[in-house]
Amino acid sequence: MSQSSESFPLQSQNGRAVSLNDTPALEVADLEISFPSEAGVVSAVRGVNYQLRRGEVLGIVGESGSGKSVTAMAVLGLLPETAQVTGSVRLGGRELLNLGDKEMSKIRGRELAMVFQDPLSALTPVFTIGSQIIEALQVHQDISKADARKRAVELLDLVGIPDPQRRVDNFPHEFSGGMRQRAMIAQAIANDPAVIIADEPTTALDVTIQAQILDVLKTAKDVTGAAIVMITHDLGVVAGFADRVMVMYAGRPVETGVVEDIYYEPRMPYTIGLLGSIPRLDDTERKALTPIDGNPPNLSALPVGCPFQARCPIVVDVCRQVEPVLERAGSDVHHSACHRAGELVTGSLPVDEVYPVPEIPEARAARIPRDQRPAVLEITNLHKHFPLTRGALAKRKVGEVRAVDGIDLEIRAGETVGLVGESGCGKTTTLMQLLELVSPEQGKIVVLGKDTANLHQNERRELRRDLQVVFQDPMASLDPRMPVGAILAEPLRSFGRKKAEVFARVTELLKLVGLEPEHANRFPAEFSGGQRQRIGIARALALEPKVVILDEPVSALDVSIQAGVLNLLEELKAKLDLSYLFVAHDLSVVRHTSDRVAVMYLGRIVEVGDVAQIFDAPSHPYTQALLSAIPVPDPRKERERARILLEGDLPSPTNIPSGCRFRNRCPKFQTLAEGDQARCIGEDPSLHGLDEPGHEAACHFAGALSVV
Amino acid sequence: MSLNANALVDEAGSTDPIGDGPQVSTGRGRLVLKRFLRNRAATIGLVIVVLMFLSAFVGPDIDQWKYTDIDFENFQTPPSGAHWFGTTQTGQDMFALCMRGLQKSLIIGLVGGVLTTAFAALVGACAGYYGRWADRILSWFIDLFLVLPSFLMLSILSPWFRGKTWMILIPLLAAFAWMITARIVRAQAMSLKNREFVSAARFMGVPGWRIILRHILPNIASLLIIDAVLNVAATILGEVNLSFFGFGVQAPDVSLGTLIDTGQQDIGSYQWLLVFPMACLVVLLLAVNMIGDGLRDALDPNAQGAKSKVRRPKAERRDSTPVLTEPVTVEVD
Ligand SMILES: Nc1ncnc2c1ncn2[C@@H]1O[C@H](COP(=O)(O)OP(=O)(O)OP(=O)(O)O)[C@@H](O)[C@H]1O
Ligand code: SF4
Ligand code: SF4
Ligand SMILES: [Mg+2]
Repeated sequence: MSQSSESFPLQSQNGRAVSLNDTPALEVADLEISFPSEAGVVSAVRGVNYQLRRGEVLGIVGESGSGKSVTAMAVLGLLPETAQVTGSVRLGGRELLNLGDKEMSKIRGRELAMVFQDPLSALTPVFTIGSQIIEALQVHQDISKADARKRAVELLDLVGIPDPQRRVDNFPHEFSGGMRQRAMIAQAIANDPAVIIADEPTTALDVTIQAQILDVLKTAKDVTGAAIVMITHDLGVVAGFADRVMVMYAGRPVETGVVEDIYYEPRMPYTIGLLGSIPRLDDTERKALTPIDGNPPNLSALPVGCPFQARCPIVVDVCRQVEPVLERAGSDVHHSACHRAGELVTGSLPVDEVYPVPEIPEARAARIPRDQRPAVLEITNLHKHFPLTRGALAKRKVGEVRAVDGIDLEIRAGETVGLVGESGCGKTTTLMQLLELVSPEQGKIVVLGKDTANLHQNERRELRRDLQVVFQDPMASLDPRMPVGAILAEPLRSFGRKKAEVFARVTELLKLVGLEPEHANRFPAEFSGGQRQRIGIARALALEPKVVILDEPVSALDVSIQAGVLNLLEELKAKLDLSYLFVAHDLSVVRHTSDRVAVMYLGRIVEVGDVAQIFDAPSHPYTQALLSAIPVPDPRKERERARILLEGDLPSPTNIPSGCRFRNRCPKFQTLAEGDQARCIGEDPSLHGLDEPGHEAACHFAGALSVV
Repeated sequence: MSLNANALVDEAGSTDPIGDGPQVSTGRGRLVLKRFLRNRAATIGLVIVVLMFLSAFVGPDIDQWKYTDIDFENFQTPPSGAHWFGTTQTGQDMFALCMRGLQKSLIIGLVGGVLTTAFAALVGACAGYYGRWADRILSWFIDLFLVLPSFLMLSILSPWFRGKTWMILIPLLAAFAWMITARIVRAQAMSLKNREFVSAARFMGVPGWRIILRHILPNIASLLIIDAVLNVAATILGEVNLSFFGFGVQAPDVSLGTLIDTGQQDIGSYQWLLVFPMACLVVLLLAVNMIGDGLRDALDPNAQGAKSKVRRPKAERRDSTPVLTEPVTVEVD
């Protein structure tokens, strides 16, 4: 394989000191990995080269299955026996690939540390956090138990675990997800490693926790001077954190360069596509996203030529014959593997014309002012409490989970209302309350002018036609045993449509969401994630509803596929005059899709307003923190942004603080005078109007702040 | 998404030829039937069962002996041209007896086995899906039948059934065999109930009974089919015990169960008395098993055997795009 194995420059883009020592901390050359499988040999990695110096951060990005994790596993020597690995991996000049298991385990945890996506699987559940860190220290260093314990407490303190003296004796399950991730970072840096490999370290976490963890990783790097390989699919995370970026596709690096090159001057259609397909927090005007059609190729039957050819909008004949190699594109550290990179560099092929921008029609309802449109969904003071019981036989009530604790929300015809909040804040519970269409424990739900409290059985069934839902996980919400045609026909049949009518409608629905009528004969498992979500959408639209509830409809999808689904939702909304309640934790997606936004915290709505009001003038301290935690895929902007880091985790809904429920994490609270603080502690703030009409926040001291 | 792009259809929606042709189905029945018939073993099993029915009901007309006839020249003779399966101690023709027995046992076994499982599935699924008071009543009912000693019940009931049609033993056999399955189904239904696709159906206004029939039961089909196949065997053999209580198949009438029962006593010297009824039973159970496997695969979208085989000339093969829904196999027929 004739790969350019040139290394990248010495200086760190973030201006941090870089060791002048000449041997790179980690050097990977011509790494190739394949796995034998029943369907043939899977070429998971086909030639990866990089060099990393101390203090440098390399971001590896790419879709699932592009070989990111396998590369990391090879470096760590954690691949299964069956894997065939060739090439070279040198740590501080020492070849690792030919080392035995025993020697490797001496290096792992000492010079080479790792942080994984799922901290629970990396921490042993039966040992305390402290004993695991102590063990990591004692295995590799000659250190007494007492000293090791002291060091463990220091490390936990360093990664921001509150009260480390006490917490050191906790078990992993007593830690929240964010805290476990911190503990794993503490363990990783315990022995002052030369290289830390972090594989999707923040993917399973909420944005506010993600911001904390990235901050801890930065601290860890500054303290240990380690080089970091950061593997992620989130281009925003990489923008602010990495010095250099390697974009991988089908087992190969297809573009490498310093972070600015990749983000501002991408020279490979795949990178261009990735950047164009993510909705951005800092987008003020709403333009259609450019999805990358298709799926990554089958790694056991790669095409001749460029692996991206089937999805590339600018494919030419030579692409189908010769696989492009990494070649200089622009600056001498910027390389791209594309036959047409030259044209992209000179500008004869403008970068923003590579992908056609889809036309999205404008919604009709948008032309009528909002307050003249009828409300399709009104929620007033909605509560949902779950009793917390103890005892197996006689259940005693020992408390209450206040999952939803007084919510007001209104959706007008033709608008999309985004409901955002961290995991566990009560979003799903709210949706389920709505969809049951029964009288809530407390409060009122009015759907299309009908109060759910006084619906008869038949009226409720009729109303279900108008209120439909698309679930987060398309695989879980489609019956795996039903062919797609039967899935789409089901709602129609249950409302007694005739057979011919059902048939016509199923065909029409499939076309509407961009699938083929023939697909009706297949089972859900035979589709890709994006296609499955399209089926979920088609089913929701079968009965021509007026309101569609979307519960995280794209969060289970890869970014390049997410864009296609978002565009589809937008198009359908305009075509069919729909109103959406769009639940999401990703604020960039919400900014892209919603007209109004409601921010939820611990069972309450803390701020609500038009999308511009929320994003440009967030007024509740929680909204501000949430927005500032979201990374923007723009390295320069990202470096200038100041993060408002929240302390701690979301409190349990069984134990909601008195007064303002956000006060124990509120950054503003700490800056207040004592009298004002007393007010936050004593008085529960309710939503009240701010300067602009329609913008409300539940904070005694609400004030706009620009954070994006 | 996984590394294996093999199972994917390309995002843009391809027009690749699929084995099912352009026919768009909005139901599951046709597709399941097609997948069932594609399975060779299952089709063979089905053919065997049909043949057994034919020979059981038409065979006695071809044979010169009736099962009640006694051949005074042949007592306990091995198989011969005159008596294909040999004769019994009393000179009855074994072939005629076997066919007569098969008539009964086919119906008892197939109807009884399926009925037992169907009843268990229905009770278990209703209890699990509806929960609350429906669950309480049905669970009580299940437990009641579990603790009732079946032999005691049968002996109490037996005078009442004496002299009635032998068909009565089908529901009787089913009545004491469904409880364990019902409990398992109930537990499965309870967990399926919380799956998103069931909520999705509920929020679309699909009534409860339809959800049970279309979502809950098909998703535990593998379990139910295995259970039904086992029940076919259990019912055929269980019928023997019932003849003790005076209902069921009574002499001089016979079933495979009674034939095997009497044949066992002479296994040392007169093997044909056991071998032929036993062989009938084994073939029947094998065939039922094949049908069961075929049905299970036909209902299970992940089963390899049931998928259509793509016929595609080599030249047209585009390895570059993951449009194949499965590895390409060329059909040989
Ligand atoms: N049946 C239940 N019994 C007890 N507690 C529950 C129950 N259902 C939900 N909860 C609790 O209610 C709170 C809100 O849960 P919910 O599922 O609505 O969160 P969410 O915002 O949708 O989170 P995510 O983004 O992870 O889906 C959580 O603390 C959860 O543990
Ligand atoms: S080499 Fe050809 S197919 Fe591959 S990315 Fe470049 S233009 Fe597209
Ligand atoms: S009311 Fe007080 S504690 Fe609550 S958000 Fe406002 S400033 Fe913070
Ligand atoms: Mg949720």
